[in-house]
Amino acid sequence: MFRILRERFRQGKRTIPYPAGAPPVLPDRLRGLPVLDESRCRAGCQECLTACPTDALFQDGQGLALDLGRCLFCGECTAACPTGSIQFSTDHRLAVRAREDLVVRSGREYALARSLEGEMLRLFGRSLKLRQVSAGGNAAEEADLNVLGTVVFDLGRFGIQFVASPRHADGIVVTGPVSENMKQALFTTHAAVPAPKLVIAVGAEAISGGLFRGRSEVNDGVTDLLPVDLYIPGWPPHPLTILDGLLRLLGRIDARDAARMHPR
Amino acid sequence: MNTSGLTLTRAGQAIPRGSIAALPFADFRRVVIDQAREGLAVAALFGDVPAGSERVDLYVVLADRESSRLGVGKTTLELDAFASLTPDCARVHLFEREIAEQYGVRPEGHPWLKPVRFHGSYRSGHDAWGRGPGEPIVVGVTDFFRVEGEEIHEVAVGPVHAGVIEPGHFRFQCHGEQVFHLEISLGYQHRGIERSLVGGPDKKTAHLMEVVAGDTSIGHATAYCRVVEALAGRQPPIRADALRAIALELERLANHTGDLGALAGDVGFLPTASYCGRLRGDFLNLTALICGSRFGRGMVRPGGVRFDVEPSRVEECSKRLKKALRDVTTAVDLLWNSSSVQARFEGTGTVSLEVATDLGLVGPAARACGLECDSRRDFPSGIYRFAQAPISSWNTGDVFARAYVRWLEIERSAAFIMDQLQSLPDGPIEAPAGALRPDHLAISLVEGWRGEICHVALTDHAGRFARYKIVDPSFHNWMGLAMALRDEQISDFPLCNKSFNLSYCGHDL
Repeated sequence: MFRILRERFRQGKRTIPYPAGAPPVLPDRLRGLPVLDESRCRAGCQECLTACPTDALFQDGQGLALDLGRCLFCGECTAACPTGSIQFSTDHRLAVRAREDLVVRSGREYALARSLEGEMLRLFGRSLKLRQVSAGGNAAEEADLNVLGTVVFDLGRFGIQFVASPRHADGIVVTGPVSENMKQALFTTHAAVPAPKLVIAVGAEAISGGLFRGRSEVNDGVTDLLPVDLYIPGWPPHPLTILDGLLRLLGRIDARDAARMHPR
Repeated sequence: MNTSGLTLTRAGQAIPRGSIAALPFADFRRVVIDQAREGLAVAALFGDVPAGSERVDLYVVLADRESSRLGVGKTTLELDAFASLTPDCARVHLFEREIAEQYGVRPEGHPWLKPVRFHGSYRSGHDAWGRGPGEPIVVGVTDFFRVEGEEIHEVAVGPVHAGVIEPGHFRFQCHGEQVFHLEISLGYQHRGIERSLVGGPDKKTAHLMEVVAGDTSIGHATAYCRVVEALAGRQPPIRADALRAIALELERLANHTGDLGALAGDVGFLPTASYCGRLRGDFLNLTALICGSRFGRGMVRPGGVRFDVEPSRVEECSKRLKKALRDVTTAVDLLWNSSSVQARFEGTGTVSLEVATDLGLVGPAARACGLECDSRRDFPSGIYRFAQAPISSWNTGDVFARAYVRWLEIERSAAFIMDQLQSLPDGPIEAPAGALRPDHLAISLVEGWRGEICHVALTDHAGRFARYKIVDPSFHNWMGLAMALRDEQISDFPLCNKSFNLSYCGHDL
C-alpha cells in the first residue's frame, strides 16, 4: 500500500493544462498543417503532384491545392519540390466540419471546425459519449484515440467519453477506409445510436480511403456512406489534433483561445 | 538443416527464381512435414499463379534457427486439390486455409477448412468451397464449431467490441463460466494489401508497408526494405542500420509498455495502468523526436532512413529515454509486488511449450512458453549482426509469463538503444537502392514487437513484384490465444487477449 502511494507521489500529476494553458510542445519534425506558397512554383513543374502517393495534391482553375482528406503528411511533396513551395508547419489544428474545407490552398486561411449550434450544442456541449468503429483501421488511429483516455489528455474532464454500447452513445468515431467486410457492421452500429447523432471521421483512410482509395476491398472511407459532422485529418492525427477537433465541435475552444495559444 | 531437396538461402539474400528447387507435390509435402518435425519453423507457405499459367505454385520458406539458414522449395499443383499437410504439421493450418481462399485449391483432409478473410478467390471460377462466381461472401458466416449439450451455451462477441480496438469475431462454447472452446473468426479488416503490392514497388508501396499493422510501422517497413535491398543487391549504410534498429526497439518499448499498462487495467490495478498509459506516449514521442511521427511513418525507406539525428538530438533522446525507463521500472515493479495482480496473472491462460511448438508460435507469446526464438538473434540482419539484445524468455506460458517477458524486453531494448545512441556509426543515412533484379526471390525476417515478421517477394521479368507475401506474427499466434482460453473462465478472456495483443489488420491484410 505504501509502495503504491509512494509511487503515486513520485509519478506526479501529468495531465496537460491545455486547453486552459499552453498546449504541450510538439516535436520540431512533426508534420502538421501544410503551408502552400504557389508564388514560388516554377511554371509547368509537376514534381509534387507526381510524388504524392495518394493524389492529395492537385491543380485546378484556382491553382495548386492539397486535400488533407487524402494527405498522409508523409512529406514526399516537400522532398520533391525544388523550390520549397510546400512546407509542413507544426500546427496541430486540422479538424474541419465540411469535406471541402480540408483543401489547403496558397494564401487562403484554413477554416477550422466551427462549433455545433442550437439544440445539438445544448445536448452534447457538456456531455458527449462516443462509440468507436474501426472499419479497416490499422490500429494507429485507434491507439491515438485511446491515448486521449490516459492521464495526459484525460478526456473525461471535458465530459467526453468512449462507451461500450452504441445505444449509450451520442455518435460514432470511424477509423479506417471502411473495409467491405465492415460496412454492414458500421451501418448497424450507426443505426443503433439514438438520434440526433454525430459521425466523426478520424484519419485519411476514414475520410477518403487514403492509400486504399479505389480498391474493391474498401469503400473509400465513410464520407460517402454516412453524414460526417467532423473530419479530423492525419495519418494518424496526433492526439492533440483529435482533442482540438472534439473541443472545437463542442464550442470549447474559440478563436481567441487559438490566437493566444498560437501567437504568430 | 538437412537440405532435403530445398534450396538454401539466408534472410536478406536474393536468389534466382530458376534456382528454387521444384519438387513433386508428394516430396514437397514430405519435406515440410519432416523438417517441421525436426524443429524448423514454417516462416511462410503461400501460393502463386505464374504469368501465363493456369496452375497454382506453392512456395514454402522453412527457417532453421540453429544455422540461420532458410530452405525454399516450390511445387506445382496439378489439380485444384492437394493432400493437406495440417494433419501432420499443425503449424501450417492457417497457411493452407489462406491458400485455399486465395487460389481456390482445396487442401483435402484439412480439419477445419474455413475462410480466413472472406473474400473471393483470386482465380475466378476456382473456389475451394464450390461457391459460384458472383455468389455473395458474407464475412463471419461459416461453420462454427459447436459443443452440444443441455448445459452448454454459446457466447458470440464482435466484430465491434466494447473498447477502442479493431474488429473481430469470437465465439465461445461454454459450460457455465468454463470455456470449452474459443473460435476466432477474422477478416473484417481485409484491405487487399498483398494484391495491391503486385506490380510494385511504386510510390505507394513503402507507405502501404507502414499500415500493414499500423502499430508496427517500423517493423514491416524494415522487413520490406530488406527485401528490396536484397533484390537490388545493395546494403544500406551502417548508420541507417543503427537508426532503423533504434526505431524498431522504440516501437517495441512503446507497445510493450502500453501492453503492461493494459494488462494492469484488465485486472483492475489502476496505478500501473495509468502510469504506463502515459509512458507509452513518452516512447512514441521519442520516435516522433527522430522522425516527426509517433508511429515512425516515413522513417524507414529502401536504401536507408529518411531522418538523421544530430548530436543534440541524440542527447535529448538519451535523456528522455533514461527518464522514461526509470518511471516504467517503478511503475511495473508495482505489478510484481502486488499479490492481487500476481494472483490474477499466474496460471491464467496457460499455453504449454508443446502446444506453442506445434502451432509455431512466435515472439513474446512463444518466448513466454520457453520457446527460444528471436529473429534478431536467429536471423540477424542490419546492426543486429554486430550488436545483440539478449533473448528474453520465461517458461510458465501464462499471462504472467507473457507480461514478464515484455518487461525483460523493455529493459533490454532500452539498454540496446542507449548503447546504439552512444556508438552511432558515422556516415550517410541513405544509399539509393536501385532497380530490382528480375526473376528473383528474396526473404526478410525482422523481429517486430509481436514477433517474427516475414516478407517474401518474387519479381517478374521486368523486376516488378509478381507476388509479395507478408506474414505478420499475429498470423501464427491467433491460434495460441484460442488454446490459452481452453478450460479458462470466460471472464478471463480480456486478460488473455491483452496478454497476446495480436493484430487484426496484420492478420487480415
